[in-house]
Amino acid sequence: MKKILILGAGTGGTIMANKLRKALDREEWDITIVDKQQTHYYQPGFLFIPFGIYNKQDVIKPKANFIPSGVNIIFNDVDKIVPEENKVLLTGGKVLAYDYLIVATGTRPFPDETPGLKDELWYKEIFDFYTIEGAVALKEFFETWQGGRLVMNIAEMPYKCPVAPLEFVFLADEYFTKIGIRDKVDISYVTPLPGAFTKPRATKMLGALLEEKNIEVIPDFYLESVDNKEKKIKSYDGKEIPFDVLTIVPVNKGDEMIERSGMGDDLNFIPTDKYTLQSEKHENIFVLGDASNIPTSKAGSVAHFASDVLFDNIMCAIKGRRLRAKFDGHANCYIETGFGKGSLIDFNYETEPLPGTYPLPGIGPFGLLQNTKMNHYGKVVFRWMYWHMLLKGKELPIESEMTMAGKKK
Amino acid sequence: MAQKTIAGVNLEVTEDGYLEDSTQWNEEIAKEIAKEEGIELTDKHFEVINFIRENADAGLTIRKVGKSGIVDIKGFYELFPGGPLKIASKIAGIKKPTSCV
Repeated sequence: MKKILILGAGTGGTIMANKLRKALDREEWDITIVDKQQTHYYQPGFLFIPFGIYNKQDVIKPKANFIPSGVNIIFNDVDKIVPEENKVLLTGGKVLAYDYLIVATGTRPFPDETPGLKDELWYKEIFDFYTIEGAVALKEFFETWQGGRLVMNIAEMPYKCPVAPLEFVFLADEYFTKIGIRDKVDISYVTPLPGAFTKPRATKMLGALLEEKNIEVIPDFYLESVDNKEKKIKSYDGKEIPFDVLTIVPVNKGDEMIERSGMGDDLNFIPTDKYTLQSEKHENIFVLGDASNIPTSKAGSVAHFASDVLFDNIMCAIKGRRLRAKFDGHANCYIETGFGKGSLIDFNYETEPLPGTYPLPGIGPFGLLQNTKMNHYGKVVFRWMYWHMLLKGKELPIESEMTMAGKKK
Repeated sequence: MAQKTIAGVNLEVTEDGYLEDSTQWNEEIAKEIAKEEGIELTDKHFEVINFIRENADAGLTIRKVGKSGIVDIKGFYELFPGGPLKIASKIAGIKKPTSCV
């Protein structure tokens, strides 16, 4: 019996378990997936919790519901990968051997990386919204907050879901307007980037929207530490910004297991061929989603598009063929902009987000780099598609590879 | 793309003044670009610049330079005030650093 081992039952790992089980003979191939947690979080939904739009029940389901029969699930911590021996050691002593390994252990915030961040104000006046605990604590804080300086800060690049902090400030603008205290709330967006976003056209469009909503952008701010006494964030070059409430994207790193295995870069992301998704060092190890260092967004849409390529390449590898599928870095992000509207960006390694329509040229129904009601509905409907289609590896009505059709240069 | 003469060498540069061909770089060119940025290069600057040139292909971040053992992040800001990675990359004759989202 040959063995495929998948580490991580998040978006990427779950999709792969479904695709591979369908394609591979059960007499010949054993498939096992390992995760430390039993709960699957719909992470794009965390953003809506602080504003009371979703609650905890809307974003959690048991992981086991999405793993097909015929795949072994093990809920256990991974101690480390021993690539030279084709083995994975689990905490507690169990050893799993593999012929092919898929690492899909994602990325998570590490607030401990920044001095003063996880200190006395943590979850009192400083919050992240990338964890269920942070999102729920922030909701409770907002329910009684009377107004003041709200500072949204990004500590380090890269981080997962690059548009989420923008969506957060747009939704905050709407929330405080609706409860009647927007005039008492100063919102600023403090980023290490030179502008609202990395790519020129999206930066221009989103920058204009931020200005329209009276949200100040403070660029080129690289966070060194947080002063809990004076309630200020400080940058390496001595800039200081005061806050009454700080919402933060902490430093993102890959799983600590990657570090224990000696397989990561300085942020525990695994050096990976950006086209084939094969580990640069080990030819029977593949990396899917946020765990890799490929130069595209860390986002569920990327893991989803990349899973088609990874599936093809694993089938090639099994048959001893050259890896022929190439990932283009395709990412597709809905951006909630508040008041029932949304924007949409679609891009890859080579092409920056451009205006146009999606997925059908000239028809849409979604508008790229436009602010429309339909884009917001797209985001709402997506949660259903995620649970019912995407995780189970079913075909979605969109292509994995980015297309120029419908885009205007 | 534009032409520019730096330290007596005719070079192709990008709109923002980054060298198109990093193999044409030399220390004299570095000194002249640094002068335009208001920086007088010391040996410490060159240690950082050499680290940046050696690691250009692997992808650079401010954090990575801070872990180089040559300077910490604060020191990197002091050597190249404003945007250390952007400015140091320009002086080192490599491409403008891009963040991918």
